[in-house]
Amino acid sequence: MKSMEELVDFYFRPNRLPHLWCPGCGNGVILGALLKAIDAENLAKDDVAIISGIGCSSRASGYVDFNTANTLHGRALPISTGLKMARPDLHVITLSGDGDCSAIGGNHLIHAARRNIGLTLVVFNNSIYGMTGGQYSPLTPMGKKATTAPYMTIEPSFDILDLARAAGATFTARATTYHVPILVDVLRKGIRHEGFSIIEVVTGCPTNYGRQNHLGAPAKMMEWQKDHGVMKAAWDKMDEAAREGKFPIGVLSERTDLKEYTKAYDEVIARAQASVKEETA
Amino acid sequence: MLKFYTKRCKGCGICAYFCPRGVLEITELNKSAIKEGKENDCISCGQCEMRCPDYAIFVKKEGA
Amino acid sequence: MSRVLLLQGNQAVVEGAIAAGVRFYGGYPITPSTEIAEGMAKRLPQVGGKFMQTEDELAGIGTVLGASLGGAKAMTATSGPGFSLKQEMIGMACSAEIPCVIVDVQRVGPATGQPTSPSQGDVMQTRWGTHGDHWLIVVSPSSVPECFDLTRRAVELSEKYRCPVILLMDEIVGHMRERIELPDSYEGLSVPRRKQPDTPPKKYLAYADTDGSKVPAMADFGSGYRWHMTGLVHDETGFPKGTPAATKNSQDRLHMKLRDHEDDIIQVENYKTEDADVVVIAYGGAARTAYDAVDMARDEGIRAGLLRPVTIWPFADRQIQSVAKKTKCLLVHELNCGQYVREVGRAVQGMVPVHLYAKYDNEPATPEQLLEKIRESAEKIRGAK
Repeated sequence: MKSMEELVDFYFRPNRLPHLWCPGCGNGVILGALLKAIDAENLAKDDVAIISGIGCSSRASGYVDFNTANTLHGRALPISTGLKMARPDLHVITLSGDGDCSAIGGNHLIHAARRNIGLTLVVFNNSIYGMTGGQYSPLTPMGKKATTAPYMTIEPSFDILDLARAAGATFTARATTYHVPILVDVLRKGIRHEGFSIIEVVTGCPTNYGRQNHLGAPAKMMEWQKDHGVMKAAWDKMDEAAREGKFPIGVLSERTDLKEYTKAYDEVIARAQASVKEETA
Repeated sequence: MLKFYTKRCKGCGICAYFCPRGVLEITELNKSAIKEGKENDCISCGQCEMRCPDYAIFVKKEGA
Repeated sequence: MSRVLLLQGNQAVVEGAIAAGVRFYGGYPITPSTEIAEGMAKRLPQVGGKFMQTEDELAGIGTVLGASLGGAKAMTATSGPGFSLKQEMIGMACSAEIPCVIVDVQRVGPATGQPTSPSQGDVMQTRWGTHGDHWLIVVSPSSVPECFDLTRRAVELSEKYRCPVILLMDEIVGHMRERIELPDSYEGLSVPRRKQPDTPPKKYLAYADTDGSKVPAMADFGSGYRWHMTGLVHDETGFPKGTPAATKNSQDRLHMKLRDHEDDIIQVENYKTEDADVVVIAYGGAARTAYDAVDMARDEGIRAGLLRPVTIWPFADRQIQSVAKKTKCLLVHELNCGQYVREVGRAVQGMVPVHLYAKYDNEPATPEQLLEKIRESAEKIRGAK
C-alpha cells in the first residue's frame, strides 16, 4: 500500500499542485480518497478514464494522470457514456458537482441511472455553485442563503441518491469529507459495482456556502458532517425524530439483478448478427 | 514525524483543529506548523494527513 | 459486385457511414432526419458497432464525442431544433479537436417551424452556430448517391483534420428516393482513422503540431497515451492556459489547420459555367432545380451555368471568384431569405452583379420558377449593355 504522500506523487501530474481549490474546500479530500480507492483496487492508470463536467469539482480531472476530460457544464455523463460504449474495458469515473449533475445535467443523470451503464459517478455535493460565486443549486437545502437567494431559498432540495435510485441506479452510496475511510470504502465498492454507481460526497464550500450561511471555519463545516452523517446501520434503527436534520452514509442500496448496459448491448449485437446470417442463409 | 509541503498549504486550519494533541497551529504566514514546545507531542495518528485537502502534511512513520 | 437500390437520402447516409467505418451513433429522433437513426439502429450492431437513442439532443452529440475520445468513428444526426441544441458541444469538438460527424437534415425554422418541409435556413448556423471564433467543415449533398459519398467524405475529413464535419442536408435530399448503386461489400471503403502519435507516451503532447500539418496526433483514451481534454483554452500540452499568447496561438492553429488545407477540403461542381453569362449558385436540394433550369435556359439561348458548392464551409472564395471573372452575373438560389448570398457578395466584391432568388415558402422551386429568374438576370445583362 502506498502512503498518501506516495499516492499524490504517483497519481498527480507533475507541477499541478497547489490546486486551485479554496482554503478548506473539501474537494481535495475527495480526490485524495479517489486515488486511494483506485490504488486499492489496483487499477492501471491506462485503464482509468476520469471525465468531469464544469464547476469546482470538475477541475479535479486535470490534476491526475489518467485518461482525462474536463468537458462541458452538465455533460460529463453523456461523454462518459459514449466513451464507455466505445471502450467497455475502461473504468470510467465521472466527476460532477451538485449543480453540474442535478440541474443542467439532471436529465443525463436519470437516464444514465436508468440504463445501468457501468460508470462510477462521484457527485461533489457542496450545496452551492462555487465556481460562479455562490448561487443556489438544486441541492442547496431550503432556507439557506445564496447570492441568488439573498432572502433564503424557497425551493426544496433533491435527495440526489433517492432521485438516482428511483431512476434505476443499482448502486447508491454517500459519504462526507469527514468520513474519509468510509468515503474510500464506498468509492471502492462503487468502482467494483458492474452497473451504474453513484456516490454522493458531502463536502464543504467555506468560501461561497459557509460564509453566506455563517457556518464557521472549514474545520467547523467538517465537524458538522461528522455530527450529521449517520452510518446506514444506525440510521435504519433511528426513528423519524432522531433522523431530523441528519443523513445516512455508507452504501445505501445495491442490486445486481439488472444487466450492465454495454453487456446488454453485446446481446443486441449478437441478435443483429444472427439476423443477418438468417437473411443471407 | 510530520512532513510539510508548505507551498501547498493554504492555512485552512483543518489539521490544527482535528489534531488530538494540539500539536499544530496556523502561523502568521498562514501556514500549518508545529507549535513551539509541541515538537515531541505528535502521536502519528494521521488525522492531519487524512483531512488535509491540500496534500500539504504527511505523517512519516518512525524508521520509515 | 454491386447492387442497384432505390434508397432515401437518409438511408444512403446510413450506408455511407457504415462503409466509412462509423461504429458509434448517438442521437435523438427528429423529423426529417429520423430515418438515419432508425437505419443506424439496425445496421450498426450488424457490423459490431453501437447505436444509442439518447435522452436528448445534447446527449446525442455528447455520447458521440465520448465514443470518439475512445477511438471510434462516431456520428449523430438531427434537424434544426436539435442542431441548435447541439451547438455548445460542436464548439467543444472544435476546441478540443474531436473528430465527429453531425448530420443536419434541414427543415423550415425558426423554432419548430415546419418539420416536413424543406429549407436551407441553417446554412449560416452550420458556420457560426456555436459561440466563439472557430473553423469547421460543412459539406452538402444534392443527390442520394452523393449522400453516400459525402457521408464517407465527411467522416474522412473529420478524422483527417480532427474537427467536426457537418453533413448539411435538407428535407428534399433526405426524404427523396433515388437510384443508387452500392457495392456488395464495403471492404476497402473504410476511411483512414485520425493520425496516431509516433512518439512514446511520455513524450506525447496532445496538441503539438509535430509534422507541420497543424493537425496534432490524437491518441485513443485507453491506448497507453494518457492526456487531458478540456474545453478551456489550452496550450500544446492540452492543459488550460489562458495567457494572451497561448490563446492566440491556439486560435491561429485551429484556423490555419483548415485554411492551409483548403485545396484538399473545398470541392465545387461546375456545370456549364465555362461560357456562361448567368451562373446560378446553388447547393444541396436547391441545386437539383438548377440543373434543369440551366438546361432549359440554354434551350432558349441563354448561356446559363451552375456552380454548386459541395463544400459549403470553408467558403469557396477562389472557385467563385474565378467563375465571377468570366461570367456576367451570379444568381444565388437558396431555400431561405438569403444567407449564403451574403458570402457570395463578399467574395466577388462587386466584380459582377449578384442576384438572389430566395424561396422560403415550404416548397422547393420548380425549374420553371428558377428559369424565370435566370431570364430576368439575362435581361438585366442586356439592359446594362
